Amino acid sequence: MAIVISKDKKEAGLLNTVKEISGIDISSCLQCKKCTNGCPMISLAKVTPSEIIRRLQLSIGDSILNSDLIWMCASCEICFSRCPMHIDMSAVMDALRMISVKKNAAKQKGNIPLFNKWFLKTVRAFGRTYDLGMIAAYKAGTSSYFQDAEKVPVMLKKGKIALLPSLKADKKYIKRIFKIRK
Amino acid sequence: MKYAYYPGCSAESTARDQYMSVQEVSKALNIELVEPNGWTCCGSTPAHHTDKLLSIALPAANLLMAKKMGLDMVVFCAACYNRMKVANHEIRINPKMRKEIAAILREDYDGSVKVHHFVELLIKDVGVKKLQEAFSHSLDGLKVASYYGCLLVRPHEVTDFDDPENPTIMDSLITIMGGESIDWPSKVECCGGGFALTRTDIVIELSNSILGMAKAAGAQCIAVACPMCQVNLDLRQIDINRTISKVYNIPIVYITQLIGLCLGISPEKLGMDKSVVSPKQIIEAVKSN
Repeated sequence: MAIVISKDKKEAGLLNTVKEISGIDISSCLQCKKCTNGCPMISLAKVTPSEIIRRLQLSIGDSILNSDLIWMCASCEICFSRCPMHIDMSAVMDALRMISVKKNAAKQKGNIPLFNKWFLKTVRAFGRTYDLGMIAAYKAGTSSYFQDAEKVPVMLKKGKIALLPSLKADKKYIKRIFKIRK
Repeated sequence: MKYAYYPGCSAESTARDQYMSVQEVSKALNIELVEPNGWTCCGSTPAHHTDKLLSIALPAANLLMAKKMGLDMVVFCAACYNRMKVANHEIRINPKMRKEIAAILREDYDGSVKVHHFVELLIKDVGVKKLQEAFSHSLDGLKVASYYGCLLVRPHEVTDFDDPENPTIMDSLITIMGGESIDWPSKVECCGGGFALTRTDIVIELSNSILGMAKAAGAQCIAVACPMCQVNLDLRQIDINRTISKVYNIPIVYITQLIGLCLGISPEKLGMDKSVVSPKQIIEAVKSN
């Protein structure tokens, strides 16, 4: 990997924000690349976990937020569990995702922020997730109705997906919890 | 044995079969499972993607319900299990987090409710001897690949579930049932988890690799302990067939479905008619002792 840094572009803002959100100090990273070697996405993504850490350390700015790996990371935690310096890379990735949504970084394949939004909306509304509602809303937002369309009727018939949302949740705590989000 | 049981949202939808098999197995083994009244979603991946406080508060609300019941919490879904464990861990090590959660829930929760996965409970609390006595049927040498995935075993310091690189708890259950637990390298690999809908391409790629390894090792089925793993590995065999032209036809069963069969429970009661790849060959392989 070649990381180009222009002198006047150096900014520690992103590194500080990541630390603030995640509570993780990445300064001890040795670049041993155990995270990268274990990452299941590595053959599919354009950047590696160790490269993201290095770029953060070098404070090269917000361009990291456009890395495809940020939204390809499945939080499988292989990186964290094998890190000799005990850096919680999954928490770093969570922070990068939050910042990229806030800063409106380039949309990545799959539009996962949209999925997350609808997932949490169903939780807020019903106290539990509602798969079909969430799937319909996400598919409308991404114009991907066609994909998997043939599977839903089969799953419904087999009772492998619920037709209606569950109404059994007690929303006392849910109401209190979602007050923290506007 | 009495526990607070958190089924998780998928138990009412895509993992109805898991819920049914856990209920049937518990009944047969005299394990009393009590659901916290009105339990709510753990927030799963979308919550920790979005807001750390939200991702701790959602599972904490359910743990608080279990605390009031005075019971340990039992979970089957690996994602819910993981989020419950993370919430306990954060609340215990971070006094500021505990305070913030208390302010949101308007009740203090100290992170003290013990969280077990259902398979841990079977080995640790029910025990090998009692299981062996209860089994009226055997897997009769059926070759089973035990698949643990990510969220049970990682991060180890939080979940404390078996060995993080080579867990054997499900393998030992397979052996007790008279099956042959196969040695294979993909036990703790990732199936793509929550990307089922958003990045199906990733799920197909990763599931293909896992299924390929299981097949090469001679597995007749894969036993899972997570609803996301079950759906990805089962449902996506259709797409793998279509896009990569590979035919696996490997049944993906919940470990509790295999246990149920060995306890003499009917496949219908265990929800074994719900998966895409038919588990018929598994059901037929089970022999009476």
